[in-house]
This record gives sequence, structure tokens and C-alpha cells, in this order.
Amino acid sequence: MKVIVDKDRCIASGQCVLAAAEVFDQDDDGIVEVLLENPAAAHYEDVRQAAAICPAAVIRLEEP
Amino acid sequence: MTSQISELSSFPMERAHGCPFDPPPELRRRQQEEPVSRIRLWDDSTAWLVTGYEDQRALLGDSRISADPRHDGYPHQTPGSRARRAVSRTFISMDNPEHDVLRRMLTGNFVVKRVEALRPRIQQIVDELIDEMLAGPKPADLVRAFALPVPSLVICELLGVPYSDHAFFQRLSRALISRDSTPEAAVEATRELHEYFMKLVRDKRNDPGDGVLDRLVAGQVADGALTMRQAADMAILLLVAGHETTANMIALGTLALLRNPAQLAEIRQTGDKALIANAVEELLRYLNITHSGRRRVALEDIEIGGTTIKAGDGVVLANDIGNRDERAFPGNPDELDIHRKARHHVAFGYGIHQCLGQPLARAELQVVYGTLYRRVPTLRPAVPFEEIRFKHDMLVYGVHELPVTW
Repeated sequence: MKVIVDKDRCIASGQCVLAAAEVFDQDDDGIVEVLLENPAAAHYEDVRQAAAICPAAVIRLEEP
Repeated sequence: MTSQISELSSFPMERAHGCPFDPPPELRRRQQEEPVSRIRLWDDSTAWLVTGYEDQRALLGDSRISADPRHDGYPHQTPGSRARRAVSRTFISMDNPEHDVLRRMLTGNFVVKRVEALRPRIQQIVDELIDEMLAGPKPADLVRAFALPVPSLVICELLGVPYSDHAFFQRLSRALISRDSTPEAAVEATRELHEYFMKLVRDKRNDPGDGVLDRLVAGQVADGALTMRQAADMAILLLVAGHETTANMIALGTLALLRNPAQLAEIRQTGDKALIANAVEELLRYLNITHSGRRRVALEDIEIGGTTIKAGDGVVLANDIGNRDERAFPGNPDELDIHRKARHHVAFGYGIHQCLGQPLARAELQVVYGTLYRRVPTLRPAVPFEEIRFKHDMLVYGVHELPVTW
């Protein structure tokens, strides 16, 4: 799995951090940062939830 | 034409007698039978009512739909809110690119980790208010003794606003969210808040502290990116949004749990923070204190649910029934279930306008639900359920008072 985010459209809701704290973080302005671009399978479910609930739909997942 | 409009159901609709936690039954019927339908508003204008969870998310994430009330066709909530929007404009009533520029001036204050760092102070505030309530007379009104002061103290400290003025802005907040406020009363409340915050902004320019408002004044206002008036408008928005919403979630959530004693006992006894966090999401989904619908206007023709919403048509997205959509929340969505996976609810909205303060609201509610019932294990209503007055008359739902004893 590859995690791709569009920082320009991020609204800093923090939902991704709550869903998958090992994979997503926020910078000082709250904008999304990806900690693990290719997360391990153990994180897949949380990452998919983060992508699904992101209010600005800025998380895109490339899944094999 | 007039007779056709008068035949349309008026919105907001009434909840069923004896079912104060459930959305109006007419919303459920429409969700099942006509998910995108017409309604009549207070000013006899018409709008589309969208009741399905997925349709609501699709529209709230669509840039062809606007939150700007200056567009013709925007479905205003009340005469008061229409009048007020004309004198006060913040990013919640703006579209992009303007919206993101202003919202991003504040997002740094609500970063999840930064809000987590506030948790010990929130815990202290909660504990002190419980101490005071327990030391005082029985019965007590949980709203006045606890539910309102918790978020009010927290937001005042965070913003850098003196809590000693709370009676002043709690009174004006009520005027802003009352469905019955006249245009004159809503404009006057906004004017008084403006005057107060303009003075505070000027004071902070000379004597800065370390609140959100202080940082705005020392940063964006000093740089010329924001006017003093815009800073004052932002402060009013954060103050009103910061205490009315969380306060109602605390009191109404407590009442809902008192009506579901097995789940209340589980929350009281658990040491599992994840269960408390899950219960917060479920209570947000179940209670829907923002029960007046998200308001938007279409900028272009939009196809949704087999219907075409025309450019210029008003759209009302009823998140209360969206959060009870069984396609999104399988099982019985009308049942409170603190174990339900409910984090995808739309209680904070969806799209670029989703609640800015949601990490703070979550932290406050987690501390409150995780503390109050543990510290006051015999907490119970002091009046029969039928006597509790629900806020049918307010834009934000809840209970006016919650007499409790222990």
C-alpha cells in the first residue's frame, strides 16, 4: 500500500491522526504529514478508515 | 404556485412526542421514500432536503455547492441568523479559496497533539467543578453547575478571554442560537459581542497574553493579513461554537446514559480509554445536537439521488437523520450502542467546513464522560423524565435544565 496526500487541500481536522497515529501526523499548522508512506499490513484497516473519514478527501491509497 | 408552496412540509419538523432523542419521524419517512425532497422554510422559501448519509457527504464535499449566505437562494435558518450574517462574516460562511486562508490561521491551535496537552488542565477543571457541585445543595442543575462551565472555562482559557465575563457572553450566545430571536435581537447581540471583542483585541495589542486571540493579534493582525474586526469575528465564532455545543453534549449525553443504565455502568467501571473515546463518537452520532440541518446553496446544477438540484436552489442537509441511516450504521441505528463503530458520523459535518474545534470537543467529552459518573456513581435525575425541557426552540439541541441528585 502507498499513501498519498494532497496537503494543499487539507483542512487540519486531525481525523487521520485519530484513526491511524502511526501513519499520519500534523505539522504546526495542523496540516497532514505522512509518517509511513508504505505502511505495514497491520495498519491497512486504520489507514483505510482514515482515508474514508477525511472530510476533505485528501488521502489517496494505492493498493496492489 | 403559492398554494403549492403552502402544501410543502415546513422545516424544521417536529420530533415525536415522548421520543426526545430521535429525529422527527417525517425525516425517517423521507430517507426511506424520497431521499431528496422539497421543504418550505420559515420565510416561505423552498429548498431541497437531503436525508441520506452518502448523499449528504457527497454534497458537502462538492465544490459546486456554497456555504456563502450572500448567494440568492441560500436557506437561512432563522430571521435572526439571516440578519446577523449580514453584519458578521467568518470562514464558516465562505467558499474556497478564501475559506482555507482564514481557517488556516486557526488550525494550529487545534492540532491533535496540542489539544492532548490541554487534557490535564481539562481534567482539573472537571474535577474542581464536580467538587463544587458535591459540596453544594441537592438537587443541582447539572447544566448550570457543570455542563456549561466546563467548556466555557476551557474555551475562555484557550482564547485568552476573561471567564469573569461569562454571564455576559452566555446570555448573548443564547440570543444567537435561539430560533425565536428577532432580527433586531440577533443583530444587537452581535453588536454587543463585537464591541466587547474589539476592546479586547485593542487591549491585547498593548498587553499580549498567550491565548489564541493573543496570537492572532500579535501575528496576522500585526502583519496586516487580518483586520481587527475579522479577528473579533473569529473570536466570537470560537467562543459561541466552543461552549454551546459541548455544553449540550455533556448534559444531553448524561441524560441519554441515565436512560441506558447498563451502558452507563460500563462507562463508569471501565479503565479503557478507547471505550470512552468510542462512546463519545457514538453519543455524537446518536444525539446530533446540531439538529437544524447544514445549509448550502447550489452554484451549478447537481444530480443527486435521481434528482437535479438546480443552480440557485437552497439545500438543507439533515445530519440528524444522516447519522441514523442504517446503510451507514448497520444494526439498529436508533439504538445507543457505545460499542458501535461510529467514527464516520457527520455530527461535526463533512467537507471543508467540518468542525475546527473537534479535537477539543472530543478531549473535553472524553474527560467528562470518563470522570463524572465514576466520581458521582449514584448520579440520577431529580425530576420525572416527562418534566425535562428539551431545546426544541434552539438551533443547538439539548436540555434547558437537568436537575440531578446523588
